[in-house]
Amino acid sequence: MDPQTIIAKRIARELRDGMLVNLGIGIPTLVADYVPPGMHIFFQSENGLIGTGPIPQDGLAQARLTDAGGRPVSAIPGACTFDSAVSFGLIRGGHVDVTVLGGLQVDEQGHLANWMIPGKMVPGMGGAMDLVTGAKRVIVAMQHSAKGKPKIVRQCSLPLTSVRPVDLVVTELAVISFTGGRATLVETAPGVHVERVLAATEAKLDIASRVITTQTE
Amino acid sequence: MQTTTLQEAVAKIPNGASLMIGGFMGVGTPESVIDELLRQGKRDLTVIANDTALPGVGIGKLVSANAVRKVIASHIGLNPETQKKMLAGDIEVELIPQGTLIERIRAGGFGLGGFLTPTGVGTVVEEGKRKLEVDGREYLLELPLHADFALVQAFLADYLGNLTYALTARNFNPVMAMAADTVIVDAEHIVPVGMISPDHVMTPAPVVDYVVTRA
Repeated sequence: MDPQTIIAKRIARELRDGMLVNLGIGIPTLVADYVPPGMHIFFQSENGLIGTGPIPQDGLAQARLTDAGGRPVSAIPGACTFDSAVSFGLIRGGHVDVTVLGGLQVDEQGHLANWMIPGKMVPGMGGAMDLVTGAKRVIVAMQHSAKGKPKIVRQCSLPLTSVRPVDLVVTELAVISFTGGRATLVETAPGVHVERVLAATEAKLDIASRVITTQTE
Repeated sequence: MQTTTLQEAVAKIPNGASLMIGGFMGVGTPESVIDELLRQGKRDLTVIANDTALPGVGIGKLVSANAVRKVIASHIGLNPETQKKMLAGDIEVELIPQGTLIERIRAGGFGLGGFLTPTGVGTVVEEGKRKLEVDGREYLLELPLHADFALVQAFLADYLGNLTYALTARNFNPVMAMAADTVIVDAEHIVPVGMISPDHVMTPAPVVDYVVTRA
Protein backbone atom coordinates (compact mmCIF):
# COMPACT_ATOMS: atom_id res chain seq x y z
CA MET A 1 0.00 0.00 0.00
CA ASP A 2 1.42 3.41 -0.91
CA PRO A 3 2.07 5.99 1.85
CA GLN A 4 -0.82 8.24 0.85
CA THR A 5 -3.34 5.38 1.04
CA ILE A 6 -2.06 4.24 4.44
CA ILE A 7 -2.47 7.78 5.78
CA ALA A 8 -5.89 8.41 4.25
CA LYS A 9 -7.32 5.07 5.41
CA ARG A 10 -6.15 5.62 8.97
CA ILE A 11 -7.58 9.13 9.17
CA ALA A 12 -10.95 7.96 7.81
CA ARG A 13 -11.27 5.89 11.00
CA GLU A 14 -11.33 9.13 13.04
CA LEU A 15 -14.61 10.20 11.43
CA ARG A 16 -18.02 9.62 13.02
CA ASP A 17 -21.53 9.68 11.66
CA GLY A 18 -22.96 13.20 11.27
CA MET A 19 -19.65 15.08 11.57
CA LEU A 20 -18.92 18.28 9.64
CA VAL A 21 -15.47 17.71 8.12
CA ASN A 22 -13.16 19.92 6.06
CA LEU A 23 -10.48 18.21 3.95
CA GLY A 24 -7.51 20.15 2.60
CA ILE A 25 -5.89 19.68 -0.77
CA GLY A 26 -3.53 16.71 -1.39
CA ILE A 27 -3.51 13.60 0.84
CA PRO A 28 -6.43 14.95 2.96
CA THR A 29 -8.73 14.85 -0.09
CA LEU A 30 -8.21 11.05 -0.31
CA VAL A 31 -9.74 10.52 3.14
CA ALA A 32 -13.24 10.84 1.63
CA ASP A 33 -12.63 7.66 -0.40
CA TYR A 34 -12.35 5.54 2.77
CA VAL A 35 -15.41 6.61 4.78
CA PRO A 36 -17.12 3.37 5.89
CA PRO A 37 -20.24 2.51 3.87
CA GLY A 38 -23.41 3.77 5.51
CA MET A 39 -21.70 6.54 7.46
CA HIS A 40 -22.95 10.02 6.61
CA ILE A 41 -20.34 12.76 6.77
CA PHE A 42 -20.97 16.41 5.89
CA PHE A 43 -17.90 17.39 3.85
CA GLN A 44 -17.34 21.14 3.64
CA SER A 45 -15.55 22.88 0.83
CA GLU A 46 -14.55 26.33 2.08
CA ASN A 47 -15.53 28.05 -1.15
CA GLY A 48 -19.10 27.64 0.03
CA LEU A 49 -20.45 24.08 0.00
CA ILE A 50 -21.49 21.43 2.50
CA GLY A 51 -22.27 18.07 0.92
CA THR A 52 -19.33 17.81 -1.45
CA GLY A 53 -19.58 14.59 -3.45
CA PRO A 54 -17.26 12.70 -5.79
CA ILE A 55 -15.66 14.20 -8.89
CA PRO A 56 -18.32 14.11 -11.62
CA GLN A 57 -18.01 11.79 -14.60
CA ASP A 58 -16.86 13.22 -17.91
CA GLY A 59 -19.47 15.55 -19.34
CA LEU A 60 -21.42 15.89 -16.08
CA ALA A 61 -19.36 18.69 -14.51
CA GLN A 62 -21.24 21.88 -13.61
CA ALA A 63 -19.10 25.00 -14.03
CA ARG A 64 -20.50 26.66 -10.91
CA LEU A 65 -19.98 23.68 -8.60
CA THR A 66 -16.33 23.41 -7.66
CA ASP A 67 -13.98 22.62 -4.79
CA ALA A 68 -11.52 24.98 -3.14
CA GLY A 69 -8.99 24.25 -5.89
CA GLY A 70 -11.51 25.30 -8.55
CA ARG A 71 -12.05 21.73 -9.78
CA PRO A 72 -15.53 20.40 -10.58
CA VAL A 73 -17.19 18.39 -7.82
CA SER A 74 -20.65 17.00 -7.30
CA ALA A 75 -23.09 17.74 -4.50
CA ILE A 76 -24.93 14.95 -2.71
CA PRO A 77 -28.65 15.16 -1.82
CA GLY A 78 -28.99 17.43 1.22
CA ALA A 79 -26.09 19.64 0.17
CA CYS A 80 -26.19 23.38 0.75
CA THR A 81 -24.27 26.38 -0.53
CA PHE A 82 -23.41 29.66 1.16
CA ASP A 83 -21.16 32.70 0.87
CA SER A 84 -17.58 32.93 2.15
CA ALA A 85 -18.54 34.85 5.32
CA VAL A 86 -20.81 31.98 6.39
CA SER A 87 -18.20 29.45 5.31
CA PHE A 88 -15.59 30.97 7.62
CA GLY A 89 -18.17 31.56 10.33
CA LEU A 90 -18.58 27.77 10.31
CA ILE A 91 -14.82 27.30 10.43
CA ARG A 92 -13.80 29.95 12.95
CA GLY A 93 -16.96 29.51 15.00
CA GLY A 94 -16.10 25.96 16.05
CA HIS A 95 -18.80 24.28 13.96
CA VAL A 96 -16.34 22.11 12.02
CA ASP A 97 -15.78 18.84 13.92
CA VAL A 98 -12.62 17.76 12.13
CA THR A 99 -10.24 19.42 9.71
CA VAL A 100 -7.59 17.38 7.91
CA LEU A 101 -4.66 19.35 6.49
CA GLY A 102 -1.29 18.71 4.95
CA GLY A 103 1.86 19.78 6.78
CA LEU A 104 5.42 20.94 6.15
CA GLN A 105 6.47 20.71 9.81
CA VAL A 106 4.89 19.86 13.15
CA ASP A 107 6.84 20.52 16.32
CA GLU A 108 6.96 18.92 19.78
CA GLN A 109 4.18 21.17 21.07
CA GLY A 110 1.96 20.30 18.11
CA HIS A 111 2.45 23.60 16.28
CA LEU A 112 1.86 23.24 12.56
CA ALA A 113 3.68 25.06 9.75
CA ASN A 114 2.08 24.42 6.38
CA TRP A 115 1.68 27.61 4.40
CA MET A 116 5.00 29.01 3.26
CA ILE A 117 8.73 28.52 2.77
CA PRO A 118 10.20 32.04 2.91
CA GLY A 119 11.84 33.08 -0.36
CA LYS A 120 10.83 29.85 -2.10
CA MET A 121 7.16 29.10 -1.89
CA VAL A 122 4.71 31.84 -0.95
CA PRO A 123 1.30 30.57 -1.97
CA GLY A 124 -0.63 32.32 0.80
CA MET A 125 -2.41 30.75 3.73
CA GLY A 126 -5.84 30.52 2.13
CA GLY A 127 -8.14 29.08 4.78
CA ALA A 128 -5.51 27.09 6.70
CA MET A 129 -4.99 29.56 9.56
CA ASP A 130 -8.73 29.83 10.22
CA LEU A 131 -9.17 26.05 10.04
CA VAL A 132 -6.39 25.23 12.49
CA THR A 133 -7.50 28.00 14.84
CA GLY A 134 -11.22 27.24 14.74
CA ALA A 135 -11.94 23.56 14.08
CA LYS A 136 -12.79 21.33 17.05
CA ARG A 137 -10.19 18.76 16.06
CA VAL A 138 -7.16 19.22 13.79
CA ILE A 139 -5.56 16.21 12.08
CA VAL A 140 -2.41 16.53 9.99
CA ALA A 141 -1.91 14.13 7.08
CA MET A 142 1.68 14.10 5.88
CA GLN A 143 4.60 11.89 5.00
CA HIS A 144 6.95 11.32 7.91
CA SER A 145 10.00 12.83 6.20
CA ALA A 146 10.73 15.05 3.22
CA LYS A 147 13.85 14.20 1.20
CA GLY A 148 15.20 12.27 4.18
CA LYS A 149 14.66 15.15 6.61
CA PRO A 150 12.27 14.73 9.54
CA LYS A 151 9.08 16.81 9.36
CA ILE A 152 8.22 16.22 13.02
CA VAL A 153 10.76 18.55 14.60
CA ARG A 154 11.74 20.02 17.97
CA GLN A 155 10.68 23.49 16.92
CA CYS A 156 9.24 24.65 13.60
CA SER A 157 11.71 26.68 11.56
CA LEU A 158 8.99 27.65 9.09
CA PRO A 159 6.30 30.27 9.82
CA LEU A 160 3.49 28.81 11.94
CA THR A 161 -0.06 28.38 10.71
CA SER A 162 -1.48 28.81 14.21
CA VAL A 163 -0.36 28.61 17.84
CA ARG A 164 -3.26 26.25 18.50
CA PRO A 165 -1.68 22.77 18.69
CA VAL A 166 -2.91 20.06 16.35
CA ASP A 167 -4.55 16.97 17.86
CA LEU A 168 -3.20 14.15 15.74
CA VAL A 169 -0.52 13.60 13.11
CA VAL A 170 -0.86 10.59 10.83
CA THR A 171 2.07 9.55 8.63
CA GLU A 172 2.83 6.39 6.66
CA LEU A 173 4.91 5.20 9.65
CA ALA A 174 2.99 6.24 12.73
CA VAL A 175 0.15 7.98 14.51
CA ILE A 176 1.25 10.66 16.97
CA SER A 177 -1.15 12.27 19.42
CA PHE A 178 -0.64 15.75 20.88
CA THR A 179 -3.25 15.61 23.64
CA GLY A 180 -2.03 17.16 26.87
CA GLY A 181 0.62 19.24 25.12
CA ARG A 182 3.03 16.32 24.55
CA ALA A 183 3.89 14.39 21.43
CA THR A 184 3.01 10.76 22.08
CA LEU A 185 3.60 7.86 19.72
CA VAL A 186 0.39 5.84 19.90
CA GLU A 187 0.42 3.64 16.80
CA THR A 188 2.83 2.31 14.23
CA ALA A 189 2.00 1.13 10.73
CA PRO A 190 2.14 -2.64 10.10
CA GLY A 191 5.76 -3.85 9.97
CA VAL A 192 7.15 -0.59 11.36
CA HIS A 193 9.09 -0.80 14.63
CA VAL A 194 9.06 1.97 17.23
CA GLU A 195 12.82 2.44 16.75
CA ARG A 196 12.33 3.24 13.07
CA VAL A 197 9.77 5.93 13.93
CA LEU A 198 12.06 7.44 16.55
CA ALA A 199 14.98 7.49 14.10
CA ALA A 200 12.87 9.34 11.54
CA THR A 201 11.61 11.88 14.06
CA GLU A 202 13.54 14.89 15.38
CA ALA A 203 11.01 15.80 18.07
CA LYS A 204 11.20 14.01 21.40
CA LEU A 205 8.33 11.53 21.48
CA ASP A 206 6.70 10.02 24.51
CA ILE A 207 5.86 6.40 23.85
CA ALA A 208 2.41 5.19 24.82
CA SER A 209 2.40 2.36 27.36
CA ARG A 210 0.94 0.16 24.66
CA VAL A 211 1.81 1.15 21.10
CA ILE A 212 -0.68 -0.55 18.83
CA THR A 213 -0.29 -1.58 15.22
CA THR A 214 -2.53 0.43 12.90
CA GLN A 215 -5.23 -1.69 11.30
CA THR A 216 -5.23 -1.04 7.60
CA GLU A 217 -8.25 -3.13 6.64
CA MET B 1 -29.90 50.94 -10.30
CA GLN B 2 -29.62 51.25 -14.03
CA THR B 3 -28.82 48.83 -16.78
CA THR B 4 -25.94 49.80 -18.98
CA THR B 5 -23.67 48.33 -21.60
CA LEU B 6 -20.52 46.56 -20.57
CA GLN B 7 -18.39 49.26 -22.26
CA GLU B 8 -20.13 52.12 -20.42
CA ALA B 9 -19.97 50.39 -17.05
CA VAL B 10 -16.25 49.68 -17.32
CA ALA B 11 -15.56 53.20 -18.66
CA LYS B 12 -16.58 54.50 -15.22
CA ILE B 13 -13.57 52.75 -13.65
CA PRO B 14 -10.50 55.04 -13.66
CA ASN B 15 -6.89 53.88 -13.74
CA GLY B 16 -5.63 53.35 -10.19
CA ALA B 17 -9.05 52.33 -8.86
CA SER B 18 -9.48 49.73 -6.13
CA LEU B 19 -11.64 46.81 -7.22
CA MET B 20 -13.23 44.05 -5.21
CA ILE B 21 -13.68 41.17 -7.63
CA GLY B 22 -15.89 38.21 -6.77
CA GLY B 23 -14.87 34.64 -7.49
CA PHE B 24 -12.91 31.70 -6.16
CA MET B 25 -10.31 30.34 -8.57
CA GLY B 26 -12.24 32.15 -11.30
CA VAL B 27 -15.58 30.53 -10.41
CA GLY B 28 -18.03 33.40 -9.86
CA THR B 29 -15.74 36.02 -11.40
CA PRO B 30 -17.41 38.39 -13.92
CA GLU B 31 -15.23 37.30 -16.82
CA SER B 32 -16.78 39.71 -19.33
CA VAL B 33 -15.98 42.68 -17.08
CA ILE B 34 -12.37 41.49 -16.76
CA ASP B 35 -12.08 41.20 -20.55
CA GLU B 36 -13.47 44.72 -20.98
CA LEU B 37 -11.04 46.14 -18.37
CA LEU B 38 -8.23 44.70 -20.50
CA ARG B 39 -9.76 45.95 -23.77
CA GLN B 40 -9.96 49.47 -22.33
CA GLY B 41 -6.36 49.19 -21.13
CA LYS B 42 -6.99 49.96 -17.44
CA ARG B 43 -3.87 49.97 -15.29
CA ASP B 44 -2.48 50.51 -11.77
CA LEU B 45 -5.45 48.65 -10.33
CA THR B 46 -5.65 47.44 -6.76
CA VAL B 47 -7.46 44.10 -6.72
CA ILE B 48 -9.10 42.74 -3.57
CA ALA B 49 -10.14 39.13 -4.15
CA ASN B 50 -9.78 35.67 -2.66
CA ASP B 51 -7.12 34.62 -5.17
CA THR B 52 -5.64 35.45 -8.56
CA ALA B 53 -7.03 32.30 -10.27
CA LEU B 54 -4.84 30.79 -12.97
CA PRO B 55 -2.96 32.44 -15.85
CA GLY B 56 -5.57 33.11 -18.55
CA VAL B 57 -8.52 32.84 -16.15
CA GLY B 58 -10.38 35.74 -14.45
CA ILE B 59 -8.08 37.91 -12.35
CA GLY B 60 -5.12 35.93 -13.75
CA LYS B 61 -5.65 37.80 -17.03
CA LEU B 62 -5.27 41.17 -15.29
CA VAL B 63 -2.09 40.01 -13.57
CA SER B 64 -0.56 38.71 -16.81
CA ALA B 65 -1.36 42.00 -18.60
CA ASN B 66 0.43 44.03 -15.88
CA ALA B 67 -2.81 45.90 -15.17
CA VAL B 68 -2.51 45.31 -11.43
CA ARG B 69 -0.32 47.29 -9.01
CA LYS B 70 -1.43 45.61 -5.83
CA VAL B 71 -3.23 42.41 -4.87
CA ILE B 72 -4.93 41.81 -1.53
CA ALA B 73 -5.79 38.09 -1.40
CA SER B 74 -5.67 34.92 0.70
CA HIS B 75 -4.03 32.67 -1.87
CA ILE B 76 -1.93 33.12 -4.99
CA GLY B 77 -0.41 29.64 -5.02
CA LEU B 78 -2.14 28.37 -8.16
CA ASN B 79 -1.02 31.33 -10.27
CA PRO B 80 2.77 31.11 -10.74
CA GLU B 81 2.80 34.46 -12.59
CA THR B 82 1.53 36.33 -9.53
CA GLN B 83 4.22 34.70 -7.39
CA LYS B 84 6.91 35.47 -9.97
CA LYS B 85 5.88 39.13 -10.27
CA MET B 86 5.68 39.41 -6.48
CA LEU B 87 9.17 37.99 -5.94
CA ALA B 88 10.49 40.28 -8.70
CA GLY B 89 8.87 43.29 -6.99
CA ASP B 90 6.62 44.08 -9.98
CA ILE B 91 3.43 43.63 -8.02
CA GLU B 92 2.66 44.24 -4.37
CA VAL B 93 0.88 41.33 -2.68
CA GLU B 94 -0.77 41.42 0.73
CA LEU B 95 -1.73 37.95 1.95
CA ILE B 96 -4.55 37.69 4.46
CA PRO B 97 -6.15 34.57 5.99
CA GLN B 98 -9.30 33.84 4.01
CA GLY B 99 -11.67 34.12 6.96
CA THR B 100 -10.09 37.43 7.94
CA LEU B 101 -10.24 38.74 4.36
CA ILE B 102 -13.94 38.01 3.90
CA GLU B 103 -14.75 39.37 7.36
CA ARG B 104 -12.78 42.59 6.71
CA ILE B 105 -14.85 43.05 3.57
CA ARG B 106 -18.01 42.28 5.51
CA ALA B 107 -17.02 44.80 8.20
CA GLY B 108 -16.44 47.39 5.46
CA GLY B 109 -19.90 46.84 4.03
CA PHE B 110 -21.72 46.45 7.33
CA GLY B 111 -20.60 49.69 8.96
CA LEU B 112 -18.27 48.11 11.51
CA GLY B 113 -15.01 49.64 12.72
CA GLY B 114 -13.32 46.25 12.66
CA PHE B 115 -13.57 42.92 14.43
CA LEU B 116 -11.62 40.63 16.73
CA THR B 117 -10.37 37.29 15.44
CA PRO B 118 -8.21 34.58 17.01
CA THR B 119 -6.87 33.69 13.55
CA GLY B 120 -3.24 34.76 13.15
CA VAL B 121 -2.43 35.26 16.85
CA GLY B 122 1.19 34.22 17.44
CA THR B 123 1.99 34.08 13.70
CA VAL B 124 3.48 36.57 11.22
CA VAL B 125 -0.07 37.78 10.58
CA GLU B 126 -0.14 39.59 13.94
CA GLU B 127 2.76 41.91 13.05
CA GLY B 128 1.75 45.56 13.39
CA LYS B 129 -1.72 44.75 14.71
CA ARG B 130 -3.37 45.55 18.03
CA LYS B 131 -4.00 42.56 20.28
CA LEU B 132 -6.91 42.56 22.69
CA GLU B 133 -7.84 40.08 25.37
CA VAL B 134 -11.48 39.13 25.81
CA ASP B 135 -12.47 36.62 28.50
CA GLY B 136 -8.89 35.45 28.76
CA ARG B 137 -8.39 34.78 25.05
CA GLU B 138 -6.20 36.84 22.73
CA TYR B 139 -7.58 38.32 19.51
CA LEU B 140 -6.24 40.49 16.70
CA LEU B 141 -8.05 43.69 15.82
CA GLU B 142 -8.67 43.53 12.08
CA LEU B 143 -9.88 46.61 10.22
CA PRO B 144 -12.58 47.00 7.56
CA LEU B 145 -11.87 46.97 3.82
CA HIS B 146 -13.63 49.19 1.27
CA ALA B 147 -13.17 49.54 -2.48
CA ASP B 148 -14.07 52.04 -5.16
CA PHE B 149 -15.84 49.36 -7.20
CA ALA B 150 -17.18 45.84 -6.65
CA LEU B 151 -17.31 43.65 -9.74
CA VAL B 152 -19.92 41.02 -9.05
CA GLN B 153 -21.03 37.91 -10.93
CA ALA B 154 -24.67 36.98 -10.28
CA PHE B 155 -26.80 34.14 -11.62
CA LEU B 156 -30.05 36.10 -11.84
CA ALA B 157 -30.58 39.86 -11.68
CA ASP B 158 -33.96 41.53 -12.02
CA TYR B 159 -34.45 45.00 -13.52
CA LEU B 160 -34.35 46.59 -10.07
CA GLY B 161 -31.01 44.97 -9.25
CA ASN B 162 -32.07 42.16 -6.92
CA LEU B 163 -29.53 39.34 -7.22
CA THR B 164 -29.18 35.62 -6.66
CA TYR B 165 -26.06 33.55 -7.10
CA ALA B 166 -25.50 29.94 -8.18
CA LEU B 167 -23.86 27.19 -6.13
CA THR B 168 -20.18 27.83 -5.35
CA ALA B 169 -20.09 30.84 -7.70
CA ARG B 170 -21.57 32.82 -4.79
CA ASN B 171 -18.43 32.91 -2.57
CA PHE B 172 -17.21 36.53 -2.07
CA ASN B 173 -19.80 38.16 -4.37
CA PRO B 174 -22.69 39.09 -2.03
CA VAL B 175 -20.30 40.35 0.66
CA MET B 176 -18.36 42.52 -1.80
CA ALA B 177 -21.63 43.93 -3.16
CA MET B 178 -22.03 45.64 0.23
CA ALA B 179 -18.52 47.07 0.53
CA ALA B 180 -17.82 49.25 -2.51
CA ASP B 181 -18.84 52.76 -3.58
CA THR B 182 -20.05 51.52 -6.96
CA VAL B 183 -21.35 48.00 -7.61
CA ILE B 184 -21.23 46.66 -11.17
CA VAL B 185 -23.00 43.35 -11.79
CA ASP B 186 -22.73 40.92 -14.63
CA ALA B 187 -25.61 38.44 -14.44
CA GLU B 188 -26.00 35.24 -16.39
CA HIS B 189 -29.69 36.06 -16.83
CA ILE B 190 -31.61 39.32 -16.42
CA VAL B 191 -35.22 38.59 -15.50
CA PRO B 192 -38.40 40.65 -14.98
CA VAL B 193 -39.07 42.12 -11.54
CA GLY B 194 -41.01 39.57 -9.50
CA MET B 195 -39.33 36.54 -11.05
CA ILE B 196 -36.99 36.14 -8.10
CA SER B 197 -38.91 35.19 -4.99
CA PRO B 198 -38.27 37.64 -2.12
CA ASP B 199 -36.97 34.72 -0.05
CA HIS B 200 -34.38 33.92 -2.70
CA VAL B 201 -32.91 37.39 -3.15
CA MET B 202 -29.35 37.25 -1.80
CA THR B 203 -28.32 40.84 -2.56
CA PRO B 204 -31.03 43.52 -2.21
CA ALA B 205 -31.45 45.85 -5.19
CA PRO B 206 -30.64 49.17 -3.48
CA VAL B 207 -26.94 48.31 -3.10
CA VAL B 208 -26.51 47.61 -6.83
CA ASP B 209 -25.56 50.49 -9.15
CA TYR B 210 -25.27 48.92 -12.59
CA VAL B 211 -26.37 45.67 -14.18
CA VAL B 212 -24.55 45.07 -17.41
CA THR B 213 -26.66 44.16 -20.44
CA ARG B 214 -25.40 41.93 -23.20
CA ALA B 215 -25.49 43.22 -26.76
